[in-house]
Amino acid sequence: MRWRRRFPFPSGRRDHEIAEELRIHLQMAAADRVARGESPADAAANARREFGNVGVVSEVTREATGGIWLERLAQDLRFGLRTLGRTPGFTMVAVLCLALGIGANASVYGWMEGILLRPFPGVTNQERLVAVAGTTKGTSELDELSWPDFVDLERGSTLFDAFIVNKIVGTTLTSGDRAERAVGLMVSPNYFDALGVRPVLGRGFTSDEGTGKNGHPVTVISYREWKERFRGDPAIIGKTQTYNGVPHVIVGVAPDGFLGTFVGYSMQFWVPSSMQAAFDPRGYTLDDRGARWIEGFARLKSGVTIAQAQAEITAAARRLETDYPDIDRGRGVEILPLWKSPFDNAKNLLPTLRVGFGVVLFVLFIACANVANLLLVRSFARRHEMTVRLALGAGRSRLIRQLVTEGAILATLATVCGLLVAYWCRNALVLFFPSQGGISYTFNGDFDWRVVALSAAVGLISTLLFAVVPAFQASNIDLAGALKSDSRSSTGGRSRVRAALVLLQVALSFVLLVGATLVLESLQRMRSASPGFSTDNVIVTSANLFAAGYDTARAKTFDDQLLQRVRAETGVETAALARSIPFSTRPYDSGPIAADGFDAKTDAQPTASYNSITPGYFATMGIPLVSGRDFTVSDDETSEPVAIVGESMVERFWRGASPIGRRVQVQGRWRQIVGVAKDIKFGSLLETPRALLYLPLRQNFSTQVAIFVRTSQGPAALTPALVREIHALDANLAPYEVITLREQLDRSTSPQRVAVTLLTLFGMLAVLLAGIGLYGVMAYAVSQSRRELGLRMALGAAPMQVLRLVMTSGLAMTMIGIAVGAAAALGSTRLLGYMLYRVSPRDPIAFGAALVVMIFAAILACMLPAWRAARTDPVGALRE
Amino acid sequence: MPKKDPTATRIELLQGTLDLLILQTLRWGPRYGYGIAEMIRAGSRNALQVDTGSLYPALHRLERQGAIDAEWGVSDKNQRVRVYRLTSAGRKQLAAEQSRWRQLTDAVAGVLAPPAGSEA
Repeated sequence: MRWRRRFPFPSGRRDHEIAEELRIHLQMAAADRVARGESPADAAANARREFGNVGVVSEVTREATGGIWLERLAQDLRFGLRTLGRTPGFTMVAVLCLALGIGANASVYGWMEGILLRPFPGVTNQERLVAVAGTTKGTSELDELSWPDFVDLERGSTLFDAFIVNKIVGTTLTSGDRAERAVGLMVSPNYFDALGVRPVLGRGFTSDEGTGKNGHPVTVISYREWKERFRGDPAIIGKTQTYNGVPHVIVGVAPDGFLGTFVGYSMQFWVPSSMQAAFDPRGYTLDDRGARWIEGFARLKSGVTIAQAQAEITAAARRLETDYPDIDRGRGVEILPLWKSPFDNAKNLLPTLRVGFGVVLFVLFIACANVANLLLVRSFARRHEMTVRLALGAGRSRLIRQLVTEGAILATLATVCGLLVAYWCRNALVLFFPSQGGISYTFNGDFDWRVVALSAAVGLISTLLFAVVPAFQASNIDLAGALKSDSRSSTGGRSRVRAALVLLQVALSFVLLVGATLVLESLQRMRSASPGFSTDNVIVTSANLFAAGYDTARAKTFDDQLLQRVRAETGVETAALARSIPFSTRPYDSGPIAADGFDAKTDAQPTASYNSITPGYFATMGIPLVSGRDFTVSDDETSEPVAIVGESMVERFWRGASPIGRRVQVQGRWRQIVGVAKDIKFGSLLETPRALLYLPLRQNFSTQVAIFVRTSQGPAALTPALVREIHALDANLAPYEVITLREQLDRSTSPQRVAVTLLTLFGMLAVLLAGIGLYGVMAYAVSQSRRELGLRMALGAAPMQVLRLVMTSGLAMTMIGIAVGAAAALGSTRLLGYMLYRVSPRDPIAFGAALVVMIFAAILACMLPAWRAARTDPVGALRE
Repeated sequence: MPKKDPTATRIELLQGTLDLLILQTLRWGPRYGYGIAEMIRAGSRNALQVDTGSLYPALHRLERQGAIDAEWGVSDKNQRVRVYRLTSAGRKQLAAEQSRWRQLTDAVAGVLAPPAGSEA
């Protein structure tokens, strides 16, 4: 009962009642004895003697009462806490191991939930939300839909509650003399209602606000925007906000926590689709069936499966094909679960999350193996305790219950710590993705009861499994024998279990190491791979002239002046403008093409990507021209349309014959081919060269272009000058960040970088844990065989021989683990899939490196036990 | 050292018998723990001395089973005590236990008494 005093936990009213009742009983018994003539002192003593052990009586009485299990639990908890508190090292390591495993799992699971399953906080019933994308016969690529098609789809279907138009748009907000970029969504008027999002102030959009060119300049702003830009102004409704030069009346404020419907970004504003012309340089296209820009969603009626909905939508798309053959032939519509949406960042994150999930599962296994190992060691240390308790009459069930309680305490502590870790990390995924162009990414991890429940279950199962081992061993204890002998015998089975656990750890660590090395190699190869243009010493930035309200004529003047001024800066070798930036998030324009001398098959319309550029682009980018000439300033609006094609197009369309002098049709215009350029990669380093052609910017003008500058000085030196020149021309422009093409390229490798970080971090951790496990087993083996080692040395074995003996057995165990791990790695590294770039999943270098690291760790782990073994004092060991 | 009570011939209680004795005692009215023990002892002329380690668990078990109720009250000597009282369920249980006891004693008596006409 000593611990009761040290741990003053409240133990229930009933305890006090029983104590009180027994005290009164004693009092009465003593009083009766005094009445019969005993002295008060004798009476008290005799009454007590007759009564028996007060502690035992109250204990058995408590057990007889109904609420007993709760009290016993409290008692077990107190005892368990005390036991764990006596071995703080063990407790801390075990809890840390498990907390890490559980925390990592819960984080990644939270990310997966938040990004893939329920990506849009604040939106109701997301499981019924699907992405709606267009398809083209002959390609597997998904694209947008036009407004008229979208409206017809909605009209022709019955299995959907709503079709929701969604299109990400950017603008520049000017406050004072500072211009900053903002990101928002252009949506159909049903947007807020269909998503189940209610503005906290004002309203959403009304149905008449969906159409009518620029007829309804209204906007709903985000909660954060309201709080920060407008300082929570309660009279915000009715004020205006200017986007792209058009003042919009604020009609509503979105609720707190609603980020919009585009994975990766937190939206700042919403505008109705009628305002399309204000945000899209192509103008108002709600009546143009050929203008495809809608990144749509639909909400399925409850109980409708995706397959059923797809069948209906396919039939509707068929009708569109027959009704509008000129525009919609070969077009189809596909609906997809949100995590497969082609429009936002979810699909890019999928491979990263998959690798992450695999890694954290491994870490959890390793952590569990480690804790199991610790518990087994401890169970040995407690064998004597268990024996004594059994001998003193403790019930076996009571012992098991005690051990289970201890396990549960460990698991609970670990789960709570793990959940804390997960809670802190829930939005940490974004750390891997630096903000681009002033807009930060937001990846919202979902942290709900499912995450908590899963983590708790994992923690409990893994601990309890091994916590009860000592109890079952206790059941087999031969009491007399165990008490007589020192607790040294019959441990063979357990060391085999421990060896197996270490083996498992080594194997899992090995797989992680191989994976880490493979992705690391890939990353290195990607960094040194050439995309076909020079990446160093070229910087790029852009300013959205369209968003700043420029018309074509003004934009042309601006472009000319900017190029002129920048080229005059010291350190600038060449400069050029282009519509598209390779490896940026905005894809290149693409469209159907026709070529002289190439007969397209009837239902396979050839397409190509194209970029609009100014003269000097190839020199600036370092893209060699294979034949023909570059564009010149005289290739303008008034001259004959021209084009330069990529090398791979020559092969495909003209079977290698020179295309110069032939024509190619892009955007409905035939253009004379004047040159052939080397292929470049512009979407991803992993792509095979795609058909790409170039048009003079003047012949295919855009108000949204980027400026590329090749410099002989360091890129950093030129950045302020570039920004200064842009501001000198127009102080209201907000240039995107100025970055080198190298940085631009590096950003495209973020899945690999995340994977490398995760794999390396956890791989190293795994090796550390495995090393600790190996050390534990070896140290224990050495301590158990002191007698044998002493005998060997007494018979003439040299310390070196003993050392070698221990090292050999430790390394043998490691090698078996590595062999198992290698087999597992051979089978599983394929799963890294496109994370790997020009590296075989069975790359011998990766396996070799992992082998070296693992063996090195094993040597370190075995060193100390081996050294101790070699220093065994034969006389002392034998005398024991 | 305590004096031995020469008249006390201790009898080990049969399993389950204590419940019967408690219920029987409470038939005459509510009583507290010590009172029950004393009454059983007096009733058995000191032959049955109820062990507190059996009495209190039995009381609390019977309470949990609903055969008796308990509440804090005041004894005739103005002492705060926990008073137990028979419930209607307890009355039924008492009747059942009584008949079981009778069957048992009859059976045991039958075994012990030499059957007529089988004298060896």
